[in-house]
Amino acid sequence: MKRYSVFAVARQALSNHQGWERAWRNATPKKRYDVVIVGAGGHGLATAYYLGKNFGITNVAVIEKGWLGGGNTGRNTTIIRSNYLQDPSAAIYEKSRSLYETMSQDLNYNVMYSPRGVLMLAQTEHEVRGYRRTANANALQGVDTEFVSPKRVKEIVPIINLDGPRYPVLGGLWQARAGTARHDAVAWGYARACSDMGIDIIQKCEVTGVRRDGDRVTGVDTTKGQIDCDKLGILVAGHSGHLAGMAGFRLPIESVALQALVSEPIKPIMDCVVMANTVHGYMSQSDKGEMVIGGGADGYNNYTQRGSFHHIEETVRALVETFPMVSRLKMLRQWGGIVDMTGDRSPILSKTPVEGVFINCGWGTGGFKAIPGSGWGFAELMARGTSPLCDEFSLGRFREGRFIDESVAAGVAH
Amino acid sequence: MSTRLSHGGRLTDRSTPVQFTFNGRSFSGYAGDTLASALLAGDQMMMGRSFKYHRPRGVVSSGAEEPNALVNLGQGDTHEPNARATTTEIFQGLKASSQNHWPSLEYDVGAVNAHLSRFLPAGFYYKMFIHPRPLWKHVYEPFIRQSAGLGKAPHPEARDPDTYEHFYAYTDVLVVGGGVAGLQAALEAGRAGAEVLLLEQTAHWGGRTPVDGGEIDGLDPDAWIEKAVGELEAMPNVRIRTRTMGAGIYDHGYVLGYERLTDHAPGQPGPRHRLWRIRAKQVVTATGAIERPLAFAGNDIPGVMLASAVRDYLVNYGVAVGDRTVVVTTNDDGYRTAIALKRAGLDVPAVLDAREYGGGALMDQAKEMGIRVETGRGISKVKGGKRVTGVATCGIAGSGALIDEIACDCVAMSGGWSPVVNLWSHCGGKLFWDEAQACFRPDTDRAPTGADGKPFVTPAGAANGYLYLSETLSDGAVGGRTAATATGHAAGDAAVPETSAPVEAAPRPVWMMPEGAPYEYRAKAWLDYQNDVKVTDVQLAAREGFESVEHTKRYTTLGMATDQGKLSNLNGLATLANALGEEIPQVGTTTFRPPYTPISMGSIAGEARGSVFQPLRRTPMHDWHEAHGVQWEPVGHWRRPYCFPKAGESSEQAVHREITATRDSLGLLDASTLGKILVKGPDAGRFMDMLYTNLMSKLAVGRCRYGLMCSENGFLSDDGVVARLDEDTFLVHTTTGGADRIHAHMEEWLQTEWWDWQVYTANVTEQYAQVGVVGPNARKVLEKLGGMDLSAEAMPFMTWADGTLGGLQARVFRISFSGELSFEVAVPAGQGRALWDTLMEAGAEFNATPYGTEALHVMRAEKGFIMIGDETDGTVIPQDLGLDWAISKKKDDYIGKRAQERSFMDNADRWKLVGLETLDGSVLPDGAYAPTDGKTRNGQRNTQGRVTSSYFSPTLGKGIAMGLVHNGPDRMGEVISFAAADGTTMTEARIVNAVFFDPEGKKQNV
Amino acid sequence: MLTIQCPHCGVQAEETELSPGGEAHLSRFGPGSEDQDFEAYLFFRENPKGVHFERWRHVHGCGKWFHAARCTVTMEVFGTYSAQTTEPPKALRDKISEKRPGWTWRDIA
Repeated sequence: MKRYSVFAVARQALSNHQGWERAWRNATPKKRYDVVIVGAGGHGLATAYYLGKNFGITNVAVIEKGWLGGGNTGRNTTIIRSNYLQDPSAAIYEKSRSLYETMSQDLNYNVMYSPRGVLMLAQTEHEVRGYRRTANANALQGVDTEFVSPKRVKEIVPIINLDGPRYPVLGGLWQARAGTARHDAVAWGYARACSDMGIDIIQKCEVTGVRRDGDRVTGVDTTKGQIDCDKLGILVAGHSGHLAGMAGFRLPIESVALQALVSEPIKPIMDCVVMANTVHGYMSQSDKGEMVIGGGADGYNNYTQRGSFHHIEETVRALVETFPMVSRLKMLRQWGGIVDMTGDRSPILSKTPVEGVFINCGWGTGGFKAIPGSGWGFAELMARGTSPLCDEFSLGRFREGRFIDESVAAGVAH
Repeated sequence: MSTRLSHGGRLTDRSTPVQFTFNGRSFSGYAGDTLASALLAGDQMMMGRSFKYHRPRGVVSSGAEEPNALVNLGQGDTHEPNARATTTEIFQGLKASSQNHWPSLEYDVGAVNAHLSRFLPAGFYYKMFIHPRPLWKHVYEPFIRQSAGLGKAPHPEARDPDTYEHFYAYTDVLVVGGGVAGLQAALEAGRAGAEVLLLEQTAHWGGRTPVDGGEIDGLDPDAWIEKAVGELEAMPNVRIRTRTMGAGIYDHGYVLGYERLTDHAPGQPGPRHRLWRIRAKQVVTATGAIERPLAFAGNDIPGVMLASAVRDYLVNYGVAVGDRTVVVTTNDDGYRTAIALKRAGLDVPAVLDAREYGGGALMDQAKEMGIRVETGRGISKVKGGKRVTGVATCGIAGSGALIDEIACDCVAMSGGWSPVVNLWSHCGGKLFWDEAQACFRPDTDRAPTGADGKPFVTPAGAANGYLYLSETLSDGAVGGRTAATATGHAAGDAAVPETSAPVEAAPRPVWMMPEGAPYEYRAKAWLDYQNDVKVTDVQLAAREGFESVEHTKRYTTLGMATDQGKLSNLNGLATLANALGEEIPQVGTTTFRPPYTPISMGSIAGEARGSVFQPLRRTPMHDWHEAHGVQWEPVGHWRRPYCFPKAGESSEQAVHREITATRDSLGLLDASTLGKILVKGPDAGRFMDMLYTNLMSKLAVGRCRYGLMCSENGFLSDDGVVARLDEDTFLVHTTTGGADRIHAHMEEWLQTEWWDWQVYTANVTEQYAQVGVVGPNARKVLEKLGGMDLSAEAMPFMTWADGTLGGLQARVFRISFSGELSFEVAVPAGQGRALWDTLMEAGAEFNATPYGTEALHVMRAEKGFIMIGDETDGTVIPQDLGLDWAISKKKDDYIGKRAQERSFMDNADRWKLVGLETLDGSVLPDGAYAPTDGKTRNGQRNTQGRVTSSYFSPTLGKGIAMGLVHNGPDRMGEVISFAAADGTTMTEARIVNAVFFDPEGKKQNV
Repeated sequence: MLTIQCPHCGVQAEETELSPGGEAHLSRFGPGSEDQDFEAYLFFRENPKGVHFERWRHVHGCGKWFHAARCTVTMEVFGTYSAQTTEPPKALRDKISEKRPGWTWRDIA
């Protein structure tokens, strides 16, 4: 792999950029791999990358029915934060955030991690108490957050309206080292690095069946033929239930549409991410200048990648109220993605009833921020059978009643 | 130069001049002008700078597809960035400025990027600025962000003075697009008797046809359009709207319309924009077609324009974009521009027709007028900087060897027409590739389907790929009839208007001009003007493996600008297909997403702003509180008094005063927001036993009982006092926030699980006002009111009685959440204020003190009572809170019981509720955690408990707290430390019984 | 933005009048049931790409719960019926069979 650098770009400029090689190889599937990962989204590619990097397992195929990074990795609002309340969540999201900090260097691919800070507004007494509690918990979890006053909120976000007649801002939970990254670049960077390690990325290859010998997985059937493997990782947000069904087990998952929108680009005006959960809206400004806005999820099963407009309406209403200056901006584009919701709204990273099959799903509305941490932990789980980052997120927790419930601290939105 | 001609301009009113400014300079236009036409009339060719290279850019189109001419409109509170000059109607005093340059449009420092462009190919930022890491964070990234963006941001404190509103509309047939196809569709559907709504995004009916010419029913297009609109206006079942865009189509026939009411006349009263929320049984998308630019070197220099736009400015506004216009075309339509220009007396030095054998009748006509026509010819390069000065022509097939140079100041290009399929595609309509016309068209066999599974969108006219006048009209008619028939309105066989227009020859798809252009030409051939994506960028993406059209779009940003690729998508797609050696349909398209063009956030928010952002629920005493200096706390949609500070008093002091007054004498609490739900019927007791952990069916009539409700998942969900009104009837009290949720919970179980049980529920929360009369003098003040025997004998603790108090019909509950002698008095809501006033008056001698939620919280904490939302958070079960006494052992079942039998819950080893008392009397930080030895496998500090409530108790003169502590009840007397928010400052606290005050209940039981 | 007809009051209800309630025809497992049955009842959900039976409440209308058969891929609503049933009515199943031959849902077809 030729390294990327300003010098490489300058050199290529002199030859009209004719010398750039493919970012990742176009692989044809081999007959057998040690590990097959289904789903070349961020989570799948990160898992493959850390299997290779941390465990030396590179006889790996990542199979993708469409194009890599084409699912929720490429259609989210790119927020990265780790100010979660519960220990297991804080652990995996903070691991993830810290990996984002060095990702560009690790992958030799600029993913434009922007530690601009994430502010979660407290607009009721209940939220104030919830976020104070989260800050207290974070202090012991090694997550750097603080509860800030309304005055400080206004300093951080000058465009905010502190004194909305309905929900005045009473403070906020501030994580200065949280931020955003360029979502597509995360998938592309991992793909390039995986390919460089010899991992095969096979696009336009749909899994049509999971092959088993008794309770053990032996491979998959795909539109490009049968592929054998010892271990199978399923990381197909939005389609997890479908794949699990092929493997022969069920999941506590429902797939629903989640929406987002962007405004037209304007000059920089907002230097951080703000989430207002009471009024259901969050907003940041992309490096292109668009205001990136997240909406709510539909409550019914949906595979259309489009949602209901009233969620957009509700979100925009909240943001016009919170940031009145957006009123005369215009919505450029809205879109939807399909997300997997679990029984406690926390993800599942787990072994399954089928030996050799591992499932990573249920990230709900917040999967992007978890990509590197999830890949790190899930690779460990697949390689060793156990992982501190994943073990609490096992499938068994629902039977035991051992929930990881983040809605506790009003931290439900992502 | 670009000028206003002495005559012409079918849309302008030369008797009404309009003054406006652009970049501070005064301009004059006419009523009916767009900002773009008026600027062109004033020879303002350059209107902006591109996003990445800051290249000078002029207007390229005349409509919604415009990528370049974006301006800042207005100032201060009414400033709007990124307004398209082509769709902005001018008005007296309009102020516009160009975007994305510094210090000025003419001299822009950022233009240095254009000289560095060879170092800034597609995706350059993914490959650079990687090392060293701190530089990215502190230098590169802030710099990139500062240089980002397009329009000027509104001022942080800008407050939009305009209003917006929402409209709801239901219709049989919605026709989007008021061109001739849309008009014809609306006529057909209207004549068939269907309810019709017709929307047109511009201020004018008829679309392109009046400019393009031809005859309809022997009439000039303008005359036919006037007649058609007249007929539509006369039909009672038809509504028509101009300046209203069909913005998006959603599931089940939901369509957004975006009406711009006062953008063209800001002084007018009424809302600025109106968002139409339309439910249409059938939608006809008659959204027309858009002309494609051609990719040749220098195709972004101001003065290079779509041929149709050059014609529009001439015919509609009487504006000549140039004195000498070279037309370059791949189809016959380009000749219309040449002919129109020539007719207007302007110079057309040549028409360069990419087709080897040229075109049809229009070409012949052009030739007859003396226009030089060169076939098989194209442009290799446009000359000029901030304005076109000439073109170099070449053979279309080669690598661009110079044939000749033609001096000109305008280039009119036509790369063929693409149907506007956006709305068709929003809700899943599929496309097919029409090889002959080189465009994607709606595949009507794969239309968007509605709730009944049947198609609900019909494309019509040019939007359906029928580009020529006769077929446009006939297809419009078909569309209208199809839609009307689908809504049950039989359409007659009205004759489709006769048309007359020249026969056109087949176009030739040209994706790069010349087809063998060398790198230096391709590197100057723009595909996406606004985002500065060139042919070489797409080719680079293909080379690097970004083979999916979505990859290429994202890698190059093609089609991601404010025009959403209306001009660039197909050219980009074709370039990618060529680079990959694939066919265009194999490469596929990106997804079309709403809205068609950007719509204001204000219009989406609608009326719901400020105090009407959400409805406010008010208790009957709300105004009294307001008048007495209340400090509010939002609770759900309610406002509850947090406290009532007196002049000079802090809220903390007020809370302490309220508590002391209540404990010493008499406090009054507005408890009206508490949920009140009636549960009635022969099976009410059985149902109550399922709802509550307690055995409610055995509650005696006349008695009250504190009860707990869990979710089916076992977690404590709500609590409150239940009163049994009679054998069949229970009155359930819920928390303020819980009323609607619990009522819904009851209905869900009754309707979907135990539907054979005879039980009815009614949420009567707002039917009653309720006042807590609390404190040692509570009985005295009520006795003063008179009418009921409230003695300890007649009305013991946890009973209720109906009666008359001070002449008011009242129900009195003897219950207490404070540990004081306490009555809750409920009266019909309409008498709530009277009760409150009476109590305040009668209580004056007892220093009756209204208190708020905070005093309520402190007093309940002093007594060790739990609060839903404080001690519970959705992960806590009743057993954690020592509430086992409220869980009946006699019942087989209740909602949540099975869940609580699961291994993790049915476990003694959990965090449980205790009291916490700091050793130094200070107040524990709310929500603090108690660390313990060691770390988790993930390196986090182990914890053994947390504070759930913490207050300063004025009664006890010290801090008190409740918390959940690992095996807490077994560790009484033990001292543990809680960490402050910094994680290191520790406060020691002793584990104690949670009942801090009057554990024997002496004050309550009097 | 769905519209679904409430079988109770007959109104063609807007999605904003309705509240979705998840999978239909769940059998409740209470105290004494097996762990795996209870887990399945509370958490495991059908999540089909295609025909789905689900619960809705006409919450801002008549307040009644009802069942709907809907396609999760096209959003087609095949029909609605009373919440006070334990399985989809035959007429509705037949109607779905006409439109989606070979469909299955749980052990219903």
